[in-house]
Formats: sequence, C-alpha cells, structure tokens
Amino acid sequence: MATHELRRPFKRPAISDQQRRREISLQRQAQNRRDAQHQARCLASTILTLQPAQYEPAEPDLQLQSETELIPELEIESQEHRRDLRDIDDVRQASRLKGVEARQWFAKQLMLPEWMIDVPERLNTDWYVFARPAGKRCFVVSSNGTTISRLRNGSMLHRFPSALPSGARTSKSSHSGQSYCILDCIFHEPDQTYYVIDMVCWAGMSLYECTTEFRFFWLNSKLVETGACDAPSSYHKFRFSTVPIYNCDQEGLNAAYTGPVPYVKDGLLFCNKHAHYQSGNTPLILVWKDENCSQYVIDTDSKGQVPNKQQVVLELLFDGKLATSDDPPVIFGCLNEDFIQETGLQAGNLLRFAISDGGLSFVDGKLEKADLHYLGKPNRARAFADSYSKVIFQYTVRHSPLRIEHIYASISLSSEQGNKISDLDMAG
Amino acid sequence: MQKFGVFRGAAFGQFRSERSIFSFRSFLRKKIAMEVTQVLLSAQAVDATVRKHAEDTLKQFQDQNLPGFLLSLSGELASEEKPIESRKLAGLILKNALDAKEQHRKYELVQRWLSLDVAVKGQIKACLLQTLSSSVPDARSTASQVIAKVASIELPQKQWPELIGSLLSNIHQVPPHVKQATLETLGYLCEEVVPDVVDQDHVNKILTAVVQGMNANEGNNEVRLAATRALYNALSFAQANFSNDMERDYIMRVVCEATLSPEVKIRLAAFECLVSIGSTYYEKLTPYIQDIFNITLKAVREEEEPVALQAIEFWSSVCDEEIDILEEYGGEFTADSDVPCYHFIKQALPALVPMLLETLLKQEEDQDQDDGAWNLAMAGGTCLGLVARTVGDDIVPLVMPFIEENITKPDWRQREAATYAFGSILEGPSPDKLTPIVNVALNFMLTALTNDPSSHVKDTTAWTLGRIFEFLHGSTMETPIITPENCQQIITVLLQSMKDVPNVAEKACGALYFLAQGYEDLGSSSSLMPYFQEIVQSLLNVTHREDAGESRLRTAAYETLNEVVRCSTEETARLVSELVQVIMAELHKTLEGQKLSSDEREKQNELQGLLCGCLQVIIQKLGASNTAKYAFMQYGDQIMNLLLRVFACRSATVHEEAMLAIGAFAYATGPNFAIFLPEFYKYLEMGLQNFEEYQVCAVTVGVVGDICRALEGKILPYCDGIMTQLLKDLSSNQLHRSVKPPIFSCFGDIALAIGENFEKYLMYAMPMLQSAAELSAHTSGVDDEMIEYTNLLRNGILEAYSGIFQGFKNTPKTQLLFPYAPHILQFLDSIYMEKDMDDVVMKTAIGVLGDLADTLGSNAGSLIQQSVSSKDFLNECLSSDDHLIKESAEWARLAISRAISV
Repeated sequence: MATHELRRPFKRPAISDQQRRREISLQRQAQNRRDAQHQARCLASTILTLQPAQYEPAEPDLQLQSETELIPELEIESQEHRRDLRDIDDVRQASRLKGVEARQWFAKQLMLPEWMIDVPERLNTDWYVFARPAGKRCFVVSSNGTTISRLRNGSMLHRFPSALPSGARTSKSSHSGQSYCILDCIFHEPDQTYYVIDMVCWAGMSLYECTTEFRFFWLNSKLVETGACDAPSSYHKFRFSTVPIYNCDQEGLNAAYTGPVPYVKDGLLFCNKHAHYQSGNTPLILVWKDENCSQYVIDTDSKGQVPNKQQVVLELLFDGKLATSDDPPVIFGCLNEDFIQETGLQAGNLLRFAISDGGLSFVDGKLEKADLHYLGKPNRARAFADSYSKVIFQYTVRHSPLRIEHIYASISLSSEQGNKISDLDMAG
Repeated sequence: MQKFGVFRGAAFGQFRSERSIFSFRSFLRKKIAMEVTQVLLSAQAVDATVRKHAEDTLKQFQDQNLPGFLLSLSGELASEEKPIESRKLAGLILKNALDAKEQHRKYELVQRWLSLDVAVKGQIKACLLQTLSSSVPDARSTASQVIAKVASIELPQKQWPELIGSLLSNIHQVPPHVKQATLETLGYLCEEVVPDVVDQDHVNKILTAVVQGMNANEGNNEVRLAATRALYNALSFAQANFSNDMERDYIMRVVCEATLSPEVKIRLAAFECLVSIGSTYYEKLTPYIQDIFNITLKAVREEEEPVALQAIEFWSSVCDEEIDILEEYGGEFTADSDVPCYHFIKQALPALVPMLLETLLKQEEDQDQDDGAWNLAMAGGTCLGLVARTVGDDIVPLVMPFIEENITKPDWRQREAATYAFGSILEGPSPDKLTPIVNVALNFMLTALTNDPSSHVKDTTAWTLGRIFEFLHGSTMETPIITPENCQQIITVLLQSMKDVPNVAEKACGALYFLAQGYEDLGSSSSLMPYFQEIVQSLLNVTHREDAGESRLRTAAYETLNEVVRCSTEETARLVSELVQVIMAELHKTLEGQKLSSDEREKQNELQGLLCGCLQVIIQKLGASNTAKYAFMQYGDQIMNLLLRVFACRSATVHEEAMLAIGAFAYATGPNFAIFLPEFYKYLEMGLQNFEEYQVCAVTVGVVGDICRALEGKILPYCDGIMTQLLKDLSSNQLHRSVKPPIFSCFGDIALAIGENFEKYLMYAMPMLQSAAELSAHTSGVDDEMIEYTNLLRNGILEAYSGIFQGFKNTPKTQLLFPYAPHILQFLDSIYMEKDMDDVVMKTAIGVLGDLADTLGSNAGSLIQQSVSSKDFLNECLSSDDHLIKESAEWARLAISRAISV
C-alpha cells in the first residue's frame, strides 16, 4: 500500500536552478520559434502588386515616354527603370530604397482622397469621419533602426529615431531587420507632431489588404503600446498621435466638425469602412472643407494669395489633350499642334490654366466644356495634375458650395430610409 | 486431463496418438517445473555468473514459449511445496510481465496479456486466487499484487467479471490469514483499477467487507490492518457512499475508532485514511471536523512520531484544499461554485496555531545536516506556513507572542523555533501587515546571523532572511524593506555568513539569491550593482572551499552566481564578460585530470555541470545585449572548444548542461555557428540517440531548433543525419513520450530553415505527423494529465505543419503539400469540435490555417471554405481575449481572404 507522500522539506529550495535553466531555455526557444514563424508570415503578407495604371503617363519621371521615336535610348532606360520599380513587390524592399528610387517609389504609394463633390450614400453606416490636421501629408517609414518621413512627392522630410518598431537603434529593441512600419501621417508643424491617419504596415505585417475598419482598430491598439505617443526623448525625436475618428452619424459628424482637437483643422476626411488601402486617387476617401473647419478652402497661389480666377493644373497628353490625374483621366480640353510647337511643350508636361469667365459647363452631370486660359508651367515640386474632383470642388466652392447642412441632411435622410426599410422587413 | 476425455469414444489409433503427445507434454512440463525452481533460485544467487546464466535461461524460456513460461511461473507461485524464494521471484516476474513504468512498454504488455489464450489465462488466474489461501504470508502478498495487475488489465475490458465476487466470498468463510490476504488484494485492486470500471454494487460490497474488517469487533489485528490499508485505496471508489449520510457516518466512525487502536500500525493507517478523506472529501468534513481536531491534537502531543506526522499532515491537506479553493474563486462564492470554502483552518486557528508552535520546539540536533530529515518540528513549520497562506493576516497576532517570548531565550531550541515560526509565516499575510514587523526584525536577524552561538539558529535565520527577500522585496512592493542604506549591511552580513559552516553558508547563498531576484526588473536602479564584483568574488571563493561539497554548498553558490548574473545590468556587462574568463579557466581545470576513479569522475561531471550552467546563463545574458555580445564573441572559439572537450570527456553520453550552453551559444552566435558545426555534429547526434536520459534527448532536440534558426539554409548538409535520428526517436517505444512533441516542433524548425529542400523528408515526416494527429485528435474522457500531454502533442504537430507550409511558401514545390491539406483541415476541425484544446494549441492551430491558406493560395480556397475551422473556429479566435490568439487569427483571416479572393 502506498503511504502518503511526504511533503517537501520546507527549508529546501523549491526547484533546482538546473530545472530553471532548462525552462528558461525552453521559453527562449519557443519565443524564437514564434519570431521565426512570425517573420515568415510577414514576408508573405507584404507582397504588394503595383498596379500598371500607376505607371501610365501621369508620372513625371516617365514623361519621356511620348518621345519614343525621337530618343530610343531614353525610352529603353525608362523602361528598365520601370521594370526595376516593378520588381519591388515587397514593401520591405521598398523600405530599404534610398535616394531617387525611394522618392519615385513613395511618390506613388499614398492613398489620395478625392474631393467631396456630392454626398455618398449610406454615409452614416459605411463611413468614418475625422478632422484632418493641417500640415504636410507624408509616409513615415521605420526600419533598420531609423525612421524616415517622405512627402507626397516622395522627397524626404525628416530622418529621425522613433519609438516605432525598428524605428531607433536601442539596445532593448528586439525587433529584427525584417520588422518595419509604414504609416500614413500628417506632420503638424505647430506642435511638431506626426498625426497618424492610416497604417499601411505594422511590425512587418502589411495591412494593405485589410479594411479601413481593421486598420484603424490596429492603429489605435498598436501605436500607443510602442511608446510612440510619448513625449520626445533621445531615442524618440517626434511625438506621434492618433486622431479621434468617429462613425459618420449625426453626432460623429458634429464631433468631427465642431469638436476641439489639439491641432489646427484642415477640413474633414470621410473614409469608407470597407475600403482597402490603395495607392493613388480613390473615391473611398473624401475630403471636404468649409471656412469653419479649414483656413485653406480656396486654393492659393505660390504667394499664398487667393487668385481671383480658379487655377487648375492639367497634364498634356501626346495628342494635345489636357487631362486630370484621374484613372481614367478626364479631358478638359485640347491644345492645338501649333501652340504646342510654339511653346515647346511636350507630352507629359504639367500645365497651369486659369478658368475664365466661361467657367465649366456640365451636361447630365458630366463636364462638357471648360473655358481655360493657359498660364504656364506649375511649380517644379508638383508631381501630379489636379484630380477631377478637386477642380470641381474648387469650382463649386467659388459658385455654389456643398455645405455642412447638406451633409447633415443626407445623413438624416439615409437613416430615415434605413428605418423605413427595416420596418418593411419587420412587416414582411 | 478431462479435456482429453472426449477422445475416448474415438478410434483406438487416434486415441493412442493423442495419449502419446499428452504424455510427452506432461513429461516436459514436469521437467520444466523442476528446472524453473532451480533457475529461479539461481537467479538470486550470490555468484554473478550463475545469476547471469539463470537470467538468460529465463529470458530464453519467455521468448520461446510465453504461455508456458507464465503458466509455470503461476504454478511455481501457487505450489506450497516450493521454496518461498522461488515462489516470490516467480510472482515478481509475473507481475513485471503485466506492467511497466514506460507508457509504450506498458501498452505492449497489456496487449500481450489480452492476446493470450483464454484457457492459459484462466489457469494462471486460478493459480493466483488459490495462492491467497497459502499459509506462507509472502506468497499471499505477492499473489495479491499480481491479481491486482491482472484486474487492472481485464476489468476495463469487461473480463474476469467473477473476480470481485470470488474475492468477497473468501471474506465470509475462511481462516483469518485468507481474509487478510483477500482484503490486501482488494486494497491493491482499488489502487490499480480506475473507479469507473467497478460497478456500484461491487463497490458497495467491497466497502462493506473492508469497513467490517476495520471494525473494533474484528479480533485479528492483521485483518484489521489489512482492512484499514485497503480502505485507504478504496476511498476514491466511495463517492456515492460518502454522499449518503448514514454510510458516511459509519465509515467516519470506524476510521476514528481505528485511530485509537492499541496497534500502532493500525493507528498510522487510520490517520493516513483521515488525511486522504481530508483532501478527497473536503466538502463532507463539517460534521466531523471537531472530533478530528480533538483526535489530531491528542496525536500530535502524545503519539509516536510517524502517527503524529500524519496528524499534522491532515491539517496540511486541509490547507492545500482551502488554498486551492480560495485561489480558484478568489474568496467569493457564487451558487455554481463546485466546492465552497468552509474555512475550517480559520475556525481552528486559535487552537491549531499553538499546537503547531509547540512542535517547533521538538527539533533534532542534526536535522540541518540531514537532507532526508522529516520530523515533528519540520512538519509543524511546514503546516504553519500553509496555515499562513490559507488565512493571511489573521495568523500574525497568534504567532508574534511566541516569537517575542522565545527569540532571546538562552536555549537554542527556543530561539530557533521562534525564528522558524517567523520565517514560516512570511508568505500569506499582506505586505502591509508584515513590512513594519520585518523592518524591526531585519536588524535583529542580521545580528543573529553574525553573532548567535548556535549554528541551528544561524541556519534558520539565514533561511528566514531568504524568505523575507523572496516575499517582501521586489519591484512590486509599495514600501521597500531594502534601502540603499541597509543594503550594504545586508550584503556584508550575507557575504560573511558564506564563510560559516556549510549548511549556514548554503542558506546565506540562498538569501542572496532572492535578494538579487528582487532587483530583476529594476534595471540600473538596482542597489546591488555597486557590490557586484565583491559578491561575485565571494561566491567564487565559496565554490573553492574545501568543504563546498557538503550541504550542496557549491551548487548553491553557483546558483546564486547565476541569479546575480541574470539580474545584472548594462553597467556591469564588462564585469560579466570578465567572469566568462574565470569560468572558462575553471572549466579548463576540470579537464586536466587523467585516469579518474569513478568517484572522481562523478565529481568532475557534477562540477562541469555547474560551470556549463553558469556559462549558459552568462551567454544568454550577454547575448541579449548587442554591445556586450560583440565584446564577448571574441571568446567564442575558446568557449566552444571547451564545451566540445567537456563532451569528449565521456564516451557514450553527452552532458546535458553543456548541451544547454551550446543552445544558448548557437542562438547568440547566429550564422557564425556554422564553423563549429562540423566538430559539434557528432555530439548532437549522440544527444539525439540518448533514449535513457530523455532530458538530454529533449534538450538536444531544442538545440537543433536553435541551430536551424541560427544557420537557416546552411544546416542543409546535416539534415539527413538529423532527420534520420529524429524519425528513429519518434518510432522508438523506449523514448519518454515527453520528447515527442518537441521533435515534431523541430520538424517545423528544420522545414523553415531549409525550405523546399524539406521535400525529401515529406514522405517520412507527413505520415508520422498524420498518424500522431489522428491519435491526438480525441482525448475522450481521460485524466487531466493526458489532456495536457495531448495538447502538447497537438501543439508540436501544428508547429511542424506551420514550419513546413512557411518553408515551402513561394517555391515551385508548394503543390507537393496540396495532398495533405484535406487531412490537416480535418485535424483542425476535429480538435476544434473536441473543445478541450488549451490557448497555446488554439493559437498555433489557427495560425496553421493561415499558413495553409497563405502557401496553397487559391488552390485550396474551396477546401478551406468547406472547413468548420475557417468559419466558427476562426470567429471564435477573432473574438478571443488572448492577444496572441487574436493576432494569429487576424493573420489567418488575412491569408484566407487572399486565398479565396484571387
């Protein structure tokens, strides 16, 4: 018969240090295994296919394309260049790009909002709204112990250490070289803060194919954890911050529109909850402004003055047509051959025009005719032509603006409609 | 012989031929029987050659004719004419032919018994039952054990249904020694068999027989003792009976009466029953607790020590129950709580604590030197510690007067008891309650540790200091008891005590261990760091003491050194690097001795273990810091060479500690480890072949993982050898089962490292994974330990799948994995349905779903969509509170959406 097991003498050590060493080893190995698997998974999830559309003539670096017959060598070079960039199908590789290549690559990666020229349906159920901070829109990339921010045209804004994963060379950071982040931010000068408005990659994991709903959830749960929202320190030069995001119902819209925020507002951004992050213009993010929530409702010229006539930047196509940056482009008019030859303009050039008194005329909601007056070439920093929605928004601001009341009204209308439908369902 | 009667009516010739065969068999059997006795006796001979020869003969017999072998053993055991020595050994061999410790071996033996001819088994069982009536006590007792083994195989198969009936019939009609043997058999049977294979009617009858045997009316003490011991094992069968008030009252009365028997063995067995009842039927104790308290109180004060120890143990068990309940429910009870806490300890406190304090004064002179010592004082202190954990603050006012009264008495026993009492109650009460007392006591303790004339008092004082640091010092404490001001004094005293007699020095090392541990999370603000060098030097001095082999002093010094290194900070990284050289020099010294005696070899081996352990800790510490790692890597070659020489010290086995150190080294070195692999490889293989010391094998499997991650593709040339070994390990029945899950995980590590080159191992690894998966898919109704193991196994299998999928990803060979996808998805579905996986498995499993989708992509889209896992399981994981599960689930969602959208 088994006697009751004696207790362990109280004054003897509980476990042997050898057992402890074994356990610590096992824990370390399990952790290393998890890291290795995580890395393997991340490598896959960052594969990002660049859409050929982004390499269409809208790109300034490819502006030589129309001269194929004239200068074949250049054509080849540019083709090769395209191939190089196309090979970068992994954001991790992109995060390592330097100089011109980095500029070219990142210039095409931001998701650009269209301007709200009419109110989308189901705004109150399918959309978020937040007050856009005034400042420089940029991509912030942390990788290999450093953080770099790049403006909309791809040029570098800051290089600095940050508390983002792999954002600084600190001894405690256990993140490997394959951990990196790409954030969509607005740099707000007055408080020297990066306001993060979207998250593209986090700790090596790509969020391109995730819905806005998920990206915002991830953004809000992950960013604070890293300490990136803490006050600046030697390993963390700029503060990062999230922005308050609301469901676009009556209260949410009101909060975004009138609610206090620690930054200067520059309009409202509306984001569709189901959209994936995609490069270039998208109607699934909309920007809207009025004088109450933005200092810059009407475009200013290079001196900061509001010109008395609306100006637009359009791209000259090879057949002389003048196009917006949309895909497919919207044609605003056509330059005749003589004029092109006289002025020495080339296809792919961006051109600035004023909208003269004839204005824009629409038929069935479509642009039919624009009264354009050629002014010259825009600032060299300009990478894109204006989008159709921008031109129209600016035009309506000057003539019959879309007011906040219209947006409120459309929300209450659609929520009433929603109710009606559900009533019917109940009865049925 | 009756069997052959059927041939009588047949033709004469046929009859004759049968007869002649029978005669020949009978002749053989007799000859074998005679020989068996002789062989069994020879197998116990003093002369090793004779013994060896006999053992070989037995083995041969068993291999050639198992049924005949077992039959002759049972015949030997049953035969009253045979010498007791051969009968006992026959029984023992028979028992060993039915059961083994090792799981697989046990399974084999069970299957082997079940497949024996029914008639053979019937004959063996008849012999066994017959032996219960033997006049020789040893023969009866041996037969009891064998019967229980057979029952443990057959009852779950619904075989031998008449066993319990025939045992019970023995009880009523036969002389006392048969009754005794039968009760003993019932006891063993209850120990071997799980309760649910015995129906309640039989349980009732067994309990009736057992409790009757225990009754004070039973005149024969042997019977009463056997019955009391049988009850101890039968208690776990008595669930229904303990729910019946009348039956429970009766059992409790008989047990309590047995504690008063004039026979000490019966009293001891009865107290053991009480201990078991205290934990098994805690919730039924209320009506009896007052009586039990009186009985135990009297026993602790008046009984012989073994009985008194069980009386204390009763209260320790009740503490264990209440601690578990309070931990589980946090002291708050809802209506659906399984068992409420009845606070027996709290109620008994005013009388229990003085009783325990009295025991503390009953120390033995040499208990501090004797590792196995277990006496009233130690049991009492242990129980007091449990009581403190059970009731918390309430114990403090009851113990303080005892401490204050005794701590300054001239008799060492009183001072020691007072200190021991204080040390015992440091875990449980709140820091708020204890901190003010400790602040006052700390100085007193430090003085006592320096000045007390008694080593016993110093030993306990150093231990108490260790407990103070363990429970009241650390980053989570609101008011620190150790300040930069008193830290220096504490360290001075502890370092001084390390020069005291070995047992005191060992406790001082232990106290320093916990002192260092308390600074683990504090980083650079650790008050210990200014003394780092001094501490390290003192510990090294301890390891060099002549008498460091006593009281495990050397071990304690190295363990403390390890902890001090673990808790060191960036500022002392340079000193830790210097320590590497010291430890290397020490290790080098152990390698110099030549032609060692086996005793010296064992000491060398132990010292090498401690030094390799220390190196491992240092490597891990420095390896985690980028700057320090670089500095210490200059010793890389030397360290590795030393470790290889430690391996070379032995011929057939590898040193586990050296292997652990190599794992840490490989992790710290990364890809550079490649240059060491050619020389190290043979030891790696040796480690993987070590079935006997399964810990070594397990550690080596872990090191393979480390090396895979360090070398990635560069490990490829070694993979054939490694995979062969791992596959052999998996198919071995000898290898301890706990090594199997890590081997599966290791498949994943290898696949992740070598990618599509894993192709050639798929045809071996996949079927193994598949059959293990099928086995582990269902655990249906087994014990917690088995469920835990099954989950470990599942996790290993799933990690293997993860590694393989990720390894093959983006290669042209992904289609090779496609045929396995349906089974893997089915495995995921079935473990999901089973609802008994733990969080770790859940996380790994949902990750595998993602990996499968990620690697196979749209080809597997429809398969994935058909699986339950991709819907219910995924959704459950997505809404999990566990951050890791959620993260894996997000990954799976992403991968699946990509696979089905393309």
